[in-house]
Amino acid sequence: MTAPTPLPAQQAAPAHPAPGYASPIPVVRTHIGHAIASEWTKIRTVRSTVWTLLSMFVVTLGIGTLYALSLSGEDYVGMPLLAGGFFGLMLGQLGIITLGVLVISSEYGTGMMRTTLTACPRRGRVLTAKAIVFFLLAFLMTLAAAVPTALVQLAVLSDQEVPSYAVDDAVMEDSIVDGEVVASTDQVLGATLGAALYVALLGLLALAVGALLRHSAGAITVMLGVVLLPLLTALFLFGESVADLRDALIEYSPLNGLASLYGIPMMGDELDSGWPLLGLLALVTGGTLAAAFARLNAGDA
Amino acid sequence: MTGTTGDNMIEAVGLTKSYGARTAVYNLTFRVQPGKVTGFLGPNGAGKSTTMRMILGLDHPTGGSVTIGGYPYRQLPNAPRQVGALLDANAKHGGRSARAHLLCLAQLSGIPARRVDEVLGVVGLSEVARRRSKAFSLGMGQRLGIAAALLGDPQVLLFDEPVNGLDPEGILWVRNLMRRLAAEGRTVFVSSHLMSEMAQTADHLIVIGRGQLMADLPVRDFIAANSTDFARVRTPDGDEAAREALVKALGDAGGQVHPEADGALKVVGLPLPRISDLAHEADTRLWELSPHQASLEEAYMRMTQGAVDFRSTADQRAGLVQQAPAPGYAPGHTPGYAPGYAPPQQPYVPPQPPVQAQPPVQPQAPVPAQRAAGATMALGVPALPPTPPASPPPVAAPADIPEQPAPSRPEDAR
Repeated sequence: MTAPTPLPAQQAAPAHPAPGYASPIPVVRTHIGHAIASEWTKIRTVRSTVWTLLSMFVVTLGIGTLYALSLSGEDYVGMPLLAGGFFGLMLGQLGIITLGVLVISSEYGTGMMRTTLTACPRRGRVLTAKAIVFFLLAFLMTLAAAVPTALVQLAVLSDQEVPSYAVDDAVMEDSIVDGEVVASTDQVLGATLGAALYVALLGLLALAVGALLRHSAGAITVMLGVVLLPLLTALFLFGESVADLRDALIEYSPLNGLASLYGIPMMGDELDSGWPLLGLLALVTGGTLAAAFARLNAGDA
Repeated sequence: MTGTTGDNMIEAVGLTKSYGARTAVYNLTFRVQPGKVTGFLGPNGAGKSTTMRMILGLDHPTGGSVTIGGYPYRQLPNAPRQVGALLDANAKHGGRSARAHLLCLAQLSGIPARRVDEVLGVVGLSEVARRRSKAFSLGMGQRLGIAAALLGDPQVLLFDEPVNGLDPEGILWVRNLMRRLAAEGRTVFVSSHLMSEMAQTADHLIVIGRGQLMADLPVRDFIAANSTDFARVRTPDGDEAAREALVKALGDAGGQVHPEADGALKVVGLPLPRISDLAHEADTRLWELSPHQASLEEAYMRMTQGAVDFRSTADQRAGLVQQAPAPGYAPGHTPGYAPGYAPPQQPYVPPQPPVQAQPPVQPQAPVPAQRAAGATMALGVPALPPTPPASPPPVAAPADIPEQPAPSRPEDAR
């Protein structure tokens, strides 16, 4: 009645005289690439993506810059040169976590998931495409925030006075060359690549939790608990009898994992714990994603 | 591979779905043939949407199976090109524009992006394609959902309540669209709870109630079986004697005469020329003599009466009744309400003797029984729309359909 539909091809396939309709639009065998293109369209056409990523960027770079400015020209206190990036990203990562949850839970919340799964009954493909698109976006955007933050630290803090006692300190050995504070290669990698990977993985974990719970507020709350509660709980465990538990909570707290990548582990002596903790997070995320796949494939959508 | 599986019949065999102790669909067996519009009718909660979700592989049947062209949906080689569906006009992310919504679905299905603009034109949304769909009215949402269903130019189309929220022009458009799609040889399966709508759109009917099959027959058979002709006769207003004489003459001639609320007479069992002759012999002038068919809605309601899940009760306002009601609003009195809101028209029992605005001139026989049945349900489900929903607007019909207050959800309003 409105515009003419482009479907006048009335003849059915010749082999089948039964009434039938054959579309003139060529049929393409779909694959994961189609799903990835679709998920990219989805993620770039909602405002929550812009807001969460923008807030992550502003908070990370902003707090990192403020930290650097506050220490500029002061005595060197023993913090690795790039450590200031941690304080911003510690808050900025919440934007990535929120986006990770929303990428999937908003589809369940609106009913869009049924539309999606009708268009693509291979449910695993949909979740895989979501995970790939989100992970890459989260990684690149976090990297894009972490690199300038690191550059600001380098530019602003290199002029710190190095007190004589610090020169011989083993802990600061890597950070001081010829009486100047520098960033070692390890520190640079940890504060950029490592931090971006860590936060993107945490976001992917949030996506998996969102797929399991199918509820935005619930999944975001769970993720906040995962990130914040271990450390907060440890604060209140004073006694000798619970010392082991307290230490474990601090060491495996997601915040400690990120801090370790910046060279400021909360357990003091474990200087190389950043990358192993990143591996642990990858394992946990992988396991949670597997559970999300299982739930998606087995249950009602 | 279009058309390679031969027919595109939807076939359900013993389809059953339980959620815990509640059985939503029980032992449904039916076939939906290509080349015609098949209406899927049932009161709210009858299991229509559950059945549709099982056809689309979204929900797993507890028992039985359903296939399209011989395949379960999730094993179809090219599902989005073979089957298109409108499940829920709200099943979209409101922050996304109409075009982006369709584009992501097109990409997922391997459909060229320019097809998106085509279907936007087909449903008449080209103008608002770049607006966020959150701001869409229910009718625009339905059009967007229909666009998504048409995107793959599929051979099988499922529409769940597609006319909800559409204006009369939109309803006519959907009706023509369905008929055209079916005429092209496609399988068109449309659910509705409105018999009157389906009688005009569908070729075949599948009626379910409480999740079970109640009827599976061509529409014309349903109409033939359920419509009895009657005549409406009106004598000059104020001429009681003439009316009495005519009633007597018609009764003597073997007709059944039912006075109607507006003073007209409903005559069953006499052909129109005979009524005219009798009036002439009784020396009575007629202001109206018109042929009518009993409404299919009534027949459908009779069929599903035992299977209605949500029955409305009278709003008793127990304990809330003021002894002297405010003058502007008198509960239990019907006049003056806008047609959009139909207050409960029966059992409200105020402390003072009830005052009926319009004396029910012609109470149909089953009405008291219906009232009794309606009154037995607890007051726990006021938010649910009463079913089956009354089809005519309740303006002048309180005596005709005393059981059904007007549906309160916008989607039921037409």
